[in-house]
Amino acid sequence: MRVAIEGAGLCGPGLANWAASLPILAGQQDHVPTPTHVPTSDLLPANERRRAVHTVRLALAVGAEAFAGAECDPAVTPTVFASSGGDGETIHEILSVLASPNPELSPTRFHNSVHNTPAGYWGIGTRSQAPSSSLCCHDDSFVAGLLEAAALVMAERRRVALIAYDVQYPAPLSMARSIGAPFATALVLAPAPSTAGFAHVALTLRPARGTPTTMTSPTLEALRRDTPAARSLPLLAALARRSAAELTLGYLAEMELALAVTPPSSLNVGRTAAVAK
Amino acid sequence: MNATPKSASTMPPLALSDFTVVTSLGAGRARTIAALREGRSGLAPCAFDRLPFPTYTGEIAGLDANGLDGELAAFDCRSNRLAALTLQQDGFRQSVAAARERYGAGRIGVFLGTSTSGIRQTEAAYRRRDPASGRLPPEFDYARTHNTYSLAWFVRTVLELSGPAFVVSTACAATAKVFGSAARMIAAGLCDAAVVGGADTLCATTLYGFQSLGVMADEPCRPFDAERRGLSLGEAAGFVLLERPTGRIDADTILLRGVGESSDAYHMSSPHPDGLGARLAMERALAAAGLEPAEIDYVNLHGTATLVGDAAEDRAVFDLFGAATPCSSTKGFAGHTLGASGVVEAVICALGIRHDFLPGSPHTRNVDPALRSQYVREGRRARVNRVMSNSFGFGGANCSLVLGRAA
Repeated sequence: MRVAIEGAGLCGPGLANWAASLPILAGQQDHVPTPTHVPTSDLLPANERRRAVHTVRLALAVGAEAFAGAECDPAVTPTVFASSGGDGETIHEILSVLASPNPELSPTRFHNSVHNTPAGYWGIGTRSQAPSSSLCCHDDSFVAGLLEAAALVMAERRRVALIAYDVQYPAPLSMARSIGAPFATALVLAPAPSTAGFAHVALTLRPARGTPTTMTSPTLEALRRDTPAARSLPLLAALARRSAAELTLGYLAEMELALAVTPPSSLNVGRTAAVAK
Repeated sequence: MNATPKSASTMPPLALSDFTVVTSLGAGRARTIAALREGRSGLAPCAFDRLPFPTYTGEIAGLDANGLDGELAAFDCRSNRLAALTLQQDGFRQSVAAARERYGAGRIGVFLGTSTSGIRQTEAAYRRRDPASGRLPPEFDYARTHNTYSLAWFVRTVLELSGPAFVVSTACAATAKVFGSAARMIAAGLCDAAVVGGADTLCATTLYGFQSLGVMADEPCRPFDAERRGLSLGEAAGFVLLERPTGRIDADTILLRGVGESSDAYHMSSPHPDGLGARLAMERALAAAGLEPAEIDYVNLHGTATLVGDAAEDRAVFDLFGAATPCSSTKGFAGHTLGASGVVEAVICALGIRHDFLPGSPHTRNVDPALRSQYVREGRRARVNRVMSNSFGFGGANCSLVLGRAA
């Protein structure tokens, strides 16, 4: 499979957004892991904005940034959301209420407990009736989402947005499932070749051969290791460096996803675009 | 029917090489089609937990008593127990083993859906927190029970598969959407065959949750009835083995012809009142199958028996199909099995094709005169060649499947 990347969004500890994080990801500036600041999203109406749960705010922030960069219309673009878990606070509140003597759930909390809550709010906020999936593959949710999104690009020959996010659980779930700092990323994928793309990525799923690509910065490596959505960091770093790169992401025990990243400068974009027509 | 795609927008069909299901109607295909023919419902007064409100559920007997043990003990939770029971039905495991021989374990994907996964296990763990530290009991295994992926991890462990896998969790559309994921993964060459389906089981989260939304009936649910009072929850698992149609298929082989997906972009827990998202999903499924509405012999509705849900779906179905196409919701048989409903109803549709049967709608007494589609209240014998199955979920996630006889 081969896709183009036309837009990116990012939010994590010391990673305010994609544009501000480029020198950090490219290794030109130190990474200082200050707490993740999740901006409120103007995709939501004002009353929803205040009470939106963390996963929704994270997913909408990075999604909006990726689309702004890609200059394509979210209302007609299919989406794939990938997360290792739902909204931790919501799950904890529900489970705590259910363990109490007289359980009574809040209907809003209940509908916010579904795995596709961010996808639902994204659809409402962008007025998108395009197909949308929300999936989970524990620690490998980003790779599973990337496979689903790339396969959708190949099947439909159209742009697809991948939005991956993970937040921490509160105690006691955090003692059973430890997740690092909140992190989210979004990528707008397009059929290759694409003149609007800032990179092309060839994806090869194959039996595991070695260890997945790690990050040079110790703090970024800790983030990659501890927050499932941050397993995307080696790819994001390759995109930020804007040079050719080969890297592997682990997928389940038996497989790895090999990614060959090619920047547009090494392509004859004009010629390939002409051939595509 | 010619299985060759009519245009570039149609999807290459896939064969349902084998399929099985377990609901409160019983375990396996034979018990399921028998109950559909008899019009026998599996709904009963809820004996599950001590709920402070009356409701009916489609509970599967024996799940409490049969824990997973040995190497699988760490996966022990209600949904994985039900998945294990389901994989044993109808020789499904043997069919997957044969496919494993043909393709290799790494070439078979596992794409499943669930909305609750093993959360009942976490509910129990929260009731047994250590009073001093607040910790969950040490035997609580988050990754193998609570996490949404645990179901696919468990199933690929039991089936000894090592291809790509994930779990789709788009509420009540989950196990319909996995048919689309599998089709795309096979088309992209990431695998040659796929096990799709999934499981959802009864738990306090959904029982209290739907009660909080005010959409649970205090009687067995009556889809499309003028006096419908809401849904009844059920539990179920179903699995389908999908692969490219080859020389091994015959005229009676059932094919996945089309998948159509859409989003409502309207509300988190209410459907668009005009059924616009539902309409789009159905149109896209027909386009993928290369079929016109008149070529569909039966529509299995999402039809959960809520006032607004049934009205919105009726509007979408009537606008697209008119009053000539028979349709029914089978939720009155085994209840709304949430994330599992997509595969349960795909299997019901496949059984309808195989056994020449249009399923009816137990508990529905008087079809709402405000609803205009041709609703099938009593099941009947009929030649059924091509069917559509609708699944709509929270977050506005919609998915329609088109299944058809190979020839």
